[in-house]
Formats: sequence, structure tokens, C-alpha cells
Amino acid sequence: MRKHLLQGFLAAATVAFGLSTASAVDITGAGATFPFPIYAKWAEAYKAKTGVGMNYQSIGSGGGIAQIKAKTVDFGASDMPLKPDDLQTAGLMQFPAIIGGIVPIVNVEGVAPGALRLTGPLLADIYLGKIKSWNDKAIADLNPGLKLPAELITVVRRSDGSGTTFNFTDYLSKVSAEWKDKVGSSTAVSWPEGVGGKGNEGVAAYVQRIKGAIGYVEYAYAKKNNMSHALVQNRDGQYPKPDGASFQAAAAYADWKSSPGFYQIITNSPGATSWPIAATSFIILQVKQDKPQNALEVMKFYDWSWKNGQKMAEELDYVPLPAPLIGLIEDAWKGQVKDGGGKAIWN
Amino acid sequence: MPTDAAAATLGRTMTADAPARARRPSAPPGSPEAAGPWGDWIFERTTLFFALLVLGSLAGILVALSIAAAPALETFGVGFFFTNVWNPVKGIFGGLAPIYGTLVTSAIALLIGVPVSFGIAIFLTEMCPVVLKRPLGTAVELLAAIPSIIYGIWGLFIFAPLFGDYVQPFLTQTLGRVPLIGELFQGAPNGIGIFTAGFILSVMVIPFIASVMRDVFEVVPPVLKESAYGLGATTWEVVWNVVLPYTKVGVIGGIMLGLGRALGETMAVTFVIGNAYRISPALFSPGNSIASALANEFNEAADPVHRASLISLGLVLFVLTFVVLACSRLLIAQLARGEGRST
Repeated sequence: MRKHLLQGFLAAATVAFGLSTASAVDITGAGATFPFPIYAKWAEAYKAKTGVGMNYQSIGSGGGIAQIKAKTVDFGASDMPLKPDDLQTAGLMQFPAIIGGIVPIVNVEGVAPGALRLTGPLLADIYLGKIKSWNDKAIADLNPGLKLPAELITVVRRSDGSGTTFNFTDYLSKVSAEWKDKVGSSTAVSWPEGVGGKGNEGVAAYVQRIKGAIGYVEYAYAKKNNMSHALVQNRDGQYPKPDGASFQAAAAYADWKSSPGFYQIITNSPGATSWPIAATSFIILQVKQDKPQNALEVMKFYDWSWKNGQKMAEELDYVPLPAPLIGLIEDAWKGQVKDGGGKAIWN
Repeated sequence: MPTDAAAATLGRTMTADAPARARRPSAPPGSPEAAGPWGDWIFERTTLFFALLVLGSLAGILVALSIAAAPALETFGVGFFFTNVWNPVKGIFGGLAPIYGTLVTSAIALLIGVPVSFGIAIFLTEMCPVVLKRPLGTAVELLAAIPSIIYGIWGLFIFAPLFGDYVQPFLTQTLGRVPLIGELFQGAPNGIGIFTAGFILSVMVIPFIASVMRDVFEVVPPVLKESAYGLGATTWEVVWNVVLPYTKVGVIGGIMLGLGRALGETMAVTFVIGNAYRISPALFSPGNSIASALANEFNEAADPVHRASLISLGLVLFVLTFVVLACSRLLIAQLARGEGRST
């Protein structure tokens, strides 16, 4: 608290004495909960540096989209990208801001973290309730060295709507036609099987508690809690380790250039080193700005954060955007976000 | 929380009814006023305004819920309340599973909670040594002050594992084999499900019901009890034939207060119910409740029909509570009419 006060005081002093070139407009944003920790950390560092405060409310992606449409915030944040058509009709633009990954976690006796190997279709069959036991032939064939118990599989998933669920079900839809047909992908779906835990911590608690359980959580969460994760085969047939490098590889291999509105979900990305269930979180802006000053500050904030906030992101187990992608995003800012007179705000 | 507030009001009015009725005739009519002729009028209008405020907000909530729920009810019709699908991807919703879960968990809560509360209240008022009376009574009331999220965490991390590892397999092995009711005691032994939610709820409603019961038992005139004891009645006979008939209105009020809390409880239930849109006679299988569904999905429900469906569930909960309270009022009126005939 005292530190904040001090920073606030310093920031105020900088502004008052005219040392800062930016006038202090505070910017506001609302939306996804997944990137909240890193946005908050960046905001603190940015405020100390420039005196511009950023107030982010993690109210959920749905809320974030609603608020930016109603123009009550300067930017919205969503884990689920809006379709290019929807962006067009609502007069919005979006860009990715941070990368993370989702890992399956298991509670099977005698299975060490990273020892169990699964394929995408197998994961889909487990979540469809078609594979019911850990010693099922399909799992045993993939893991010849592992001794798997004859235990029932309990499927655990999120009970609340979440971007994590969106990316996970999107991945399953890409690798299993049956999943796509029966369940589909969204922030909340009609689950054929299992019990639902609230939030990453709810899923983690269920998996740790129930013998023979499998669940999915954000990588940062699994790592912090030292949970036993499983490896998933990627599109190139490899089993990369889930970490910053494999998440960033997934983002780098994704074809951002030819996806209008950055509508790109980076699950099941090509590339031998790509983690198959990587995810990006998006920022949404109004294209026609009533308050160009605020929009400029939002862009400046993300530009600064991407270029100076990598270490902070890595500390929190998020992955910064690859450099070429940052260039593409800034081109999109220049081309799309205009003030009242139709002049580009970012240049 | 309209549910809790309404139930609390009911509980309070019912426990306060008897003394209030006794006091009213003793107030002197038309005593001299120091505040002049306007004082009375202003005072009356102000209090009337506050009272109407309650009625106004109640109506306001009902109207707002109905308007917001309309898109879902227009799309799915009455079928919304009787179908069990919840598919946010395809945009098809039917609320039967959470409605069922809410009713069943609340029923379990009362089934366990009412007898236990009754026992607590009888012990505290009839049999408890004087030294223990205070600490025990305070402990029961303190139980009511524990935030519901603590109950949820306790349920998930302490109760569910113990229940799943020891009690549940035992029940499935024994009661599960009995024909007819055997179906109820099935399910994967992981301690998560409808029954666990109902049990946690029962622990949460016990302090409410028990303290109301204790309070009303205490207002029974000692002369009534002593006459019964003098005639050679046992403690049980005194409680069953004297105390309970004398206090039935308050006892029902206490139970309704508990039911109100059980119907609307959110956090504790979310932790242990399993959150699956499923209707199964097996009490150990995961289910869902209205409050839990709202807490889980409201944040991310971007699709208007999804949002409206959730609000429709809220409307159902509102109406459900309202009907429960209305029924208890009717029951009390019925009991009051029968007074003096049977006892």
C-alpha cells in the first residue's frame, strides 16, 4: 500500500513538474481473467515509468466484449477472438496481446509428470466418455513403458465459462470429428462426461483429490502447483514439453499475416516444436475513436509492455509475443484505428 | 439476496408475533404528543415509505428479471422448465437439471437439518446443565456466522475425501443393495455430488433453524410445562404435547428460514455439487443447482439467449422461494384456525 502511494506520489510529481511528455490520461480496460495477472503487473511498471495508470477489471471475456461495444472502457479483452464479420459489424478491431498454454493434468498412481503420452483424438475420446479405464489398449499402446492401473477415468473440466475451455474444446474439435459434431467449442459447452470445478483451482483440486482423474488447466497454474501433466502429440507427430518455448513456437508458426482481424486460434499449430494446446488472449478496440488520446495510450501501453515486459511475463509463466507479430499488429493499428477526422492515431 | 431477506423477515415476524400481539392493546390510545399534530403524520408517512420501499424493490426485481428472461422464454416456451439440455454451443437451453438439483439438495438439507436442530433446541432448553447452556448456544449461533465459502472449502477438501473414501462405499454396499431405494445410493465414490451438497447445506441451515427453535421453545410459559411434568409426563411427552404445539408457528418459521438459505446458497454448493447438467436418481452422482449454474456461467455468457436463460433460472429461483414462503404462510394460517380444537 505504502509502495503504491509512493509511486502514485512520484507519478503525480513527475506530471506536475512537467518532466513527462505524456499527459496523464488513465486508461481503462475490462475482460478476460486469464491475462489479468500480467496486465496488472505491466500496468504497475508502466505507471511507475510514465505516470499513466491502467485500470483493468477482470470481469470475464463476455463482459469485456459487451463493455467495449458499449464504449464504457477504452479496451476490451477476450480469450475467444471475435470473428472478422462480427468485428466489422460492431466497428471493432482486435489483436493478440499475450500467449499461454493449456496442459492436461492427471492423477494416476505411478505416473510421473510428463511421463504419460496422449494424442489429440485419444484425449477427445476420453472426454467423450468412450475410453473409460486407464489400462485401455489405446492408452497402453502409446505408453509401452508405463504400468497403467485398471482404474476408472474420472473426467474433470471447468464448470464456469472460460477462455481455457474455449481453447481446449477448440483443440478437441480440430482433432476429432466426433467431438466437433457432438460437442463443439465455446467458453462453456454441453459436456458429455465428468464433474466440473470452478476455475483452474477448482479443476486442480478435483484432479488432486480423485484417483484416476484427468483435467486441463493453464500451464502457469500446473507449474506453480507442481501437478503431474501429460504430453500431447502435436500436428507433426512430436511430443514437445509444455513450456514458454513450445507455446511461442505455436504462436510463431500460426499464419497471422493472412488472417484478417488476427482471427487465429493457435491450437493444433504446425511445427515440430509447437505445443498443441497453446492459446492467445486478445485486446479489442473501437476502430473509430471518440477519445483518440485514450486509444493512443492503450497502444503505447501494449507497445511498451511487449518491448520491455518480457521478463515480467516470463516470471508469471506467460509468453511474450514473437517480434514479427508485434510488427504486424502495429501495422494494423496504423491502418485501422482512426480518430474522428479519419486520421490514423498510431504512427 | 431476496431469498435470504424474505426468509429472514418471515422468521423474525413469526418469532416476534406473540409478544407484539400482547403488547399492542396495552398502548394508551391518543396520549398527548410533544411533537404537535404534524409529528405523527410525518413519522407515519416516513415509516410507510420505508415499508413500501421493500415492496417496491421486490416488484422491481420481479419485473427486471421477467424482462431480462423474456428472450429465453420466448425462444423455448414453457418447455424451458421441463427439458434437460444445456448446450451453449448450439444455443439450446432447458433448466430442468438445475431446478431438480436445487429442490433435491434443499430437501436433503432439511431432512438432515430439521431433526438435528430439533434435538439441539430441546437439549438446550429442556435438559442442558446451566453451565453449558450459554457456551453451547453461542457456539450454535457462531456456526451461522461462518461465511459460506468456508463451508465450500471445508466440504471439498475435508468432507468430500472422507465421505468418498469411507462412508460412500459403505452406503453403496449396504443401502445400495436394498431394492427400491438402492438406486439412490449409487455413483462414483469420489465424494462429489448431490448428496454432499445437501449435507453441507444441512450443516449451514442447522444454526438458523436451531436458534429459532431454541428461542421459541424458551417462551413457552413454565407453568404449562410444570403442570405437564406434575401430571407425570416424561420430557419427550412434554416436548411433543406441550412445547411443540405451543410453538409450531415459530418452528415452521425457523424451518422456512433454513429452507430459504438452502435454496439460494451458492458458493458452498458450487464447490461440491459437481456442476454437471444431469438428472439422475443416484444421489452420489454430480448434478447442478440454479444458484451454482448462475455463479459459474454468468461471467462468460456473451450470447444473449444464454444470458437470458440464466436469468430465467434466476426468475425460477425467485418464484420458488416466493411459493415456499406463501405455502408456509398458508400452513400457519391453517394451523391457527385449528388451534384449540386438537390440543
